[in-house]
Amino acid sequence: MARMKFICDAERCIECNGCVTACKAEHDVPWGVNRRRVVTLNDGVAGEKSISVACMHCSDAPCMAVCPVDCFYRTEEGVVLHDKDTCIGCGYCSYACPFGAPQFPSNGTFGLRGKMDKCTFCAGGPEANASVAENEKYGRNRLAEGKLPACAEMCSTKALLGGDGDVVADIFRNRVLMRGKGSEVWGWGTAYGKPATGGAPAAPGSAQPEGKKS
Amino acid sequence: MRAVGLILTLCVTGLSLAACGEKPQTAGTRKADVDPSQGAAPGADPAYTAEGWKAGDATSWETQLKARTQSGQNEYSRIGAR
Repeated sequence: MARMKFICDAERCIECNGCVTACKAEHDVPWGVNRRRVVTLNDGVAGEKSISVACMHCSDAPCMAVCPVDCFYRTEEGVVLHDKDTCIGCGYCSYACPFGAPQFPSNGTFGLRGKMDKCTFCAGGPEANASVAENEKYGRNRLAEGKLPACAEMCSTKALLGGDGDVVADIFRNRVLMRGKGSEVWGWGTAYGKPATGGAPAAPGSAQPEGKKS
Repeated sequence: MRAVGLILTLCVTGLSLAACGEKPQTAGTRKADVDPSQGAAPGADPAYTAEGWKAGDATSWETQLKARTQSGQNEYSRIGAR
C-alpha cells in the first residue's frame, strides 16, 4: 500500500471552497476551526492561483518531532494522526507546521486553547473505527468505510486529488500530459523525471523546447 | 515496646514522604490505531460503508480505494480517453 497523499491542481482550483464546506459538514467541525482552507496567491491580479491546503501528512512530519507529549502517530497508510486524550494543547505543532494545519478551538473562557484539531485524511483517530467516540473527537472515518476524503471526492473541478499516492500522481501526470500545461512548475522534474528521461509531457501542439522544463 | 514505637515511627515517616513522590514524567501511552481495512467497528451503522469490498481483507480495501480514486477523480478514465 502506497502512502495516502493530497495534491491540489492550481490550474483547476476555482476557489469555490467546496472542499472546506465538505470537510466542515462531514466532520461537524466547530466554528473557528478550519481543517482545510483555500489560499489564493496574487488575489485580484490577472492569473491568480488558488490551492486548497490542509495537513499534508508529511513523511517526516515536524509536528511529530516537536510534540512534547508524543501524541502523534503515523498509520500504515502514511496518514499522520494524533491522540486527543494525550494532547495538552500547547501549540508547538502549530508553530512547527509549514502549512498551518493544526487548529485550536478557542471557545472557552479567557481565550482557552483547547486540544489540537487537524485534518485526519478522513481516517478518524485511535478509537475504534467509525465508533461514536471516534466520531465525536475526530469526525467520520471514511477510510474505514471504503471511501476517500470528503474534500477530494466533493471537489467540483477535481482540482483536489486525494488517495493512494501512486494513483493520484498518475492521474495528475496524465492530466498535465493531456492539457499540455503544468509541467513547468517547480518540482516536476523531481517527481516525474526530466524530459530526457521521458518523464515530462510532450504536449500536443506544444512547441516548448524540452530544455525549458524543470 | 520500643520496637513497636520504632516501627510505627518508620511507617508514619514512610507514608508522609510518599506524598513527596513525583508523577511519572514519561509521555502517556499512545494508542494504537485499527487498520482502516478492518472496516467499521461492530455496532457502527453499516449504511455508511461503501459497497464492493470486504471488511478485514486488506487487498480488497486497497482495490476498492484505487477503483474509487479512478472512477471518482480521474475524468479521463470515465470519458474513455487514454
